[in-house]
Amino acid sequence: MDTTPKAIAGVSTFLDDRIGAGSFLKRNMRKIFPDHWSFLLGEIALYSFIILLLTGTFLTFWFKPSMGEVVYSGSYQPLVGVKMSEAYASALNISFDVRGGLLIRQIHHWAALLFIAGMMVHMLRVFFTGAYRKPRELNWLIGVGLLSLALLEGLTGYSLPDDLLSGAGLRITEGVMLGIPVVGTYLTFLLFGGEYPGHDVISRFFTIHILLIPGILLALISAHMVLMWVQKHTQMPGTGRTNKNVVGAPFYPTFMAKAGAFTLFTFGVIALLGTFAQINPIWLFGPYTPADISAGSQPDFYMGFLEGSLRLMPSWEINFLDHTVSLSVLIPALVPLGVVMTGLALYPFIEQWVTGDRREHHTADRPRNNPHRTAIGFTGIAFYGVLWLLGANDEISANFHISLYETTIFGRFAIFLVPALAYFVAYRICIGLQRKDAEVLSHGVESGVIKRLPNGEYIEVHTPAAQDIADHIRGKEEIPIIESGVDGDGIPPKGARTALGRLRAKASEAYGTDHIPLDEGHGHDEHAAIGAGDHSDGHRDGH
Amino acid sequence: MTDNINEQPEGRAPARVIGTPPSNGPILGDEIVHEAKGVPGVIPADPAVAKRAERIVALLFTITFLAGVAFIASYVIFQVGTIDRTAASNYALGSSLSIALLSLAAGIVVWVRQIMPKYNLVQERHPMASDADTKEYVEETFLQGANESGFVKHKMLRRTLLLAAAPLGLAPLVLLKDMGPLPGTALRHTVWGTPTKDGKPRRLVVEGTGQPIRAADFNSPGGILSVIPEGYEEDLNALAKATLILLKFRPDEIKSGTNLNWTHDGIVAYSKICTHVGCPAALYEQTTHHILCPCHQSTFDAADGAKVIFGPAARPLPQLPIAIDSEGYLVAKSDFNVPVGPSFWERGDAEAEAREQKA
Amino acid sequence: MIGTGNSVNSITARRRHPLARYAVVALALGLLGGGYAVAAPGGSSADAAIASGKADDVAQGKSLFVAHCASCHGMNAEGTAKAPTLVGVGAAAVDFQVSTGRMPAADAGPQAPRKPLGEWVTPQAIDDLAAYVQSLGGGPARPAAEQVDPAKGDPAKGGELFRANCIQCHNFVGAGGALTYGKYAPPLNPATPTQIYEAMATGPQAMPVFNDSTITPDQKRDMIAYITHVRQQVDPGGSGLGRIGPVTEGLVAWIVGLSLLILAAIWITAKKRRTHA
Repeated sequence: MDTTPKAIAGVSTFLDDRIGAGSFLKRNMRKIFPDHWSFLLGEIALYSFIILLLTGTFLTFWFKPSMGEVVYSGSYQPLVGVKMSEAYASALNISFDVRGGLLIRQIHHWAALLFIAGMMVHMLRVFFTGAYRKPRELNWLIGVGLLSLALLEGLTGYSLPDDLLSGAGLRITEGVMLGIPVVGTYLTFLLFGGEYPGHDVISRFFTIHILLIPGILLALISAHMVLMWVQKHTQMPGTGRTNKNVVGAPFYPTFMAKAGAFTLFTFGVIALLGTFAQINPIWLFGPYTPADISAGSQPDFYMGFLEGSLRLMPSWEINFLDHTVSLSVLIPALVPLGVVMTGLALYPFIEQWVTGDRREHHTADRPRNNPHRTAIGFTGIAFYGVLWLLGANDEISANFHISLYETTIFGRFAIFLVPALAYFVAYRICIGLQRKDAEVLSHGVESGVIKRLPNGEYIEVHTPAAQDIADHIRGKEEIPIIESGVDGDGIPPKGARTALGRLRAKASEAYGTDHIPLDEGHGHDEHAAIGAGDHSDGHRDGH
Repeated sequence: MTDNINEQPEGRAPARVIGTPPSNGPILGDEIVHEAKGVPGVIPADPAVAKRAERIVALLFTITFLAGVAFIASYVIFQVGTIDRTAASNYALGSSLSIALLSLAAGIVVWVRQIMPKYNLVQERHPMASDADTKEYVEETFLQGANESGFVKHKMLRRTLLLAAAPLGLAPLVLLKDMGPLPGTALRHTVWGTPTKDGKPRRLVVEGTGQPIRAADFNSPGGILSVIPEGYEEDLNALAKATLILLKFRPDEIKSGTNLNWTHDGIVAYSKICTHVGCPAALYEQTTHHILCPCHQSTFDAADGAKVIFGPAARPLPQLPIAIDSEGYLVAKSDFNVPVGPSFWERGDAEAEAREQKA
Repeated sequence: MIGTGNSVNSITARRRHPLARYAVVALALGLLGGGYAVAAPGGSSADAAIASGKADDVAQGKSLFVAHCASCHGMNAEGTAKAPTLVGVGAAAVDFQVSTGRMPAADAGPQAPRKPLGEWVTPQAIDDLAAYVQSLGGGPARPAAEQVDPAKGDPAKGGELFRANCIQCHNFVGAGGALTYGKYAPPLNPATPTQIYEAMATGPQAMPVFNDSTITPDQKRDMIAYITHVRQQVDPGGSGLGRIGPVTEGLVAWIVGLSLLILAAIWITAKKRRTHA
């Protein structure tokens, strides 16, 4: 094709004449995107969000966010004649009396789970590769905000069908709100329009769920995308890749097509789940009443860690001067969430403070090359994981026949021990992997060729690592350490004189010291002769 | 860990003759040896491979077309209305939709990988910070504008503007007040304390059937009933605080923690609302007399005043004083003497107060 | 859950998460328990007596009791340190415990599990044992077939009662749940309508009693109608994932959903392996 088709040319001229689209397109059509599978994890969340908007809109056409009482008369026989809220009845109606309604409801719920799971794995990728570093701290903070909002969005959506399971979650939400010191009772009465459950909470949650939070999410996601676009994506270290360039494929046509394909994959996999894996079968739960509850009442997975922390807590409560502070509610509800979210939000700034590193970073760290960061990340995962696991301790107890209390008591210890262990193990693995890298560079890789030397000794011939692997390994960046040493007169620099300064210096040294520097070794090693190819026994010197 | 597995070539180190470039090739511009058209970093696809791929892609797109048609057909053919028909409709719609989407996705991927060129384009990055001239210009413009506006010079202007903004900022918050009433003492009472219209004590009725309970009928030790107040069977606000579990003990099983004056013939009523965060604590083991809350596993000893023996709940389940009326039905003698359900700021140590009052 | 009967396995297996239940281990344990019950001492003379069919029910029951039950419950069912008295528990309790394989108990765990029946446990043997225990001091009798016929019950009404009284332990579809100290509320899927009725009437093990004067026989039948209706009902949205709620859903989202998408991402971004243009 040598000329642009008339239709396209017409439209583009029209747009260019009015908004000057040409200069924007000139700059951006061939924008380069680096390729790596882990760079698509965030897109899982992005496309799930789009699916959530589409399916959610469909659901609102039939859903009635009302707590008014009706007598069910729809297609689901075991509930006919049962009194229930209009919200629950309309959710049943969507499931059984609207063609495709059940499918869309299930797709909506699966997409919600994958939305949050996608955000979590994307965030872990960004964390472990240090992609939150300058200049991307703002986008990282937007990401933390998105995750927090998504949890709230999930909670409000989970409560809408007003079934017995979602009601249990709502009741726990109320109980936790009541526990907030000083204002808890007032907040609860405002949210529920009086006493629990009242008649307002479903319609209020509905507005929050379909308008307020999605609106904020949409705005923040757009900002997230724009910043990513402006700052250009980080890339993995490799041949020809530096901190000052970006190597990859152009937006048009390749990246566009790939993104389109991944959108379809996301939608397709979620549709598969919606077809073959039943989710949130509200008709089995029955209508909500505060008088009843089912064994194994659980929140969706992303709230599981809060459930677990509530279960772990011993029964602490303080009474003073006619007031009550319910520690067995407050600590588990606020501390883990606070530790995880605040820790995530502050990490880029703490790291900057510790390393004194104010440079821009556009090349991703391999997780092994910053062992303390990686170990801290795994500590967080372990902390979250233990709480999440304990959130399902009743199902574990019932299905594996382990005593219920033993799981709780195990959890009370594990919440401190497992993260510590995770730190240690992850750190050692990182060091081990670094050692392996150093060895690949200095000794090459095993070629599979065994040689017998004149003196009768057998050796395996090592060949130099392939160019791209070697370059990938050489992408390791040194982690800076702040100046803390004494100067010529024996006086430490100004910043390192206070207690905080000394702490900073110490942390900086621990964080930045490279135990396994890459050694572009000289292969004259007695056991690893580096030969380039099997027909050559010439030794290879350095690089 | 996010290891860079895609970037590694197959095998370990391909054997090659010294002096030739490595098989994967360096990436930068003029070093590329397989350039066809001369655009650096764009390596066109092998025409033979592309030809084969085109057929695969066309097949996949055709499958998407057929599956899309099947989706529309399923919508028409499979009606809903019973659970089995809903199941059939869900499978038909869902599988055709999944096939359509996945097949289209796969087609595009094959297209990108086999027909579009391989790219290794390089773009320069520039520091995010603006250059010094720009910064200087912005700063000057800002100062100039600030001075021109008079905001700096006119003190009164500045202060009254701030003054004006303060109440307007608060207005939206004030507007939210009518979302709910003030709590007052609502959380301290339940409907068990309000007598019926004709002034009689309120009867206990069975949840689900609404039948009052004759004490003589509830006579099997080890029995449990979920009980709600007569007249409030449909009032969820009332049930959220007033629901009870009614237990029947052998007389010798009841321990000192239970207030015997509030029982009738081995029948004891406890609040069903857990004192932790308010789930119905209703799992009852008649052998151990444990009441277990399924949400966070607080465990109460029902024989001993429902005191906490495990889990996060800090207080026993409150006991309701019960008796029988003239017809032998169970009634509430009075309201609970402490607030039921989860702790709240204004609650205080109501149990201690109740003990003091009694003493 | 250990060693459920064969006929119900086909119904229940489908609804369970294949990995989570450690089906193989459960089966092995079930066989072990069953084997132990079969190999347990005693029985041959009583079996012979049943086969001859001459003695009257109570006497037959007594001899079965002495052979299979008396070592724990005492020669006259008066109870011992190991096991409670059976005077007054009624025929319903005997039928429930013996027909589900819970009694004779195999070991002293926190709770006697459902297990395959011993060879001597024939309908006739249960009748005889029940007649004997009923003769000791009355108690809840076994329900008539019509009393437990799900077709005669109202599942919607039964559902309301089921949610008010049962699901806190047995879960919303009767999938079971955890109790304290290793005890558990068993799944209801393997239970027959008669067994469900008898469990409510007698309160076996940790389960409380729902006697006929507070939950009437008709109401019990409604609940049985609901339980059987729901457990036979298809899952219209695909696999039921064990019908235990969001725990398995979360696992599927991570293990199936996210893994498939990561595989797709790897395929999309994989380097083209081409050495010659």
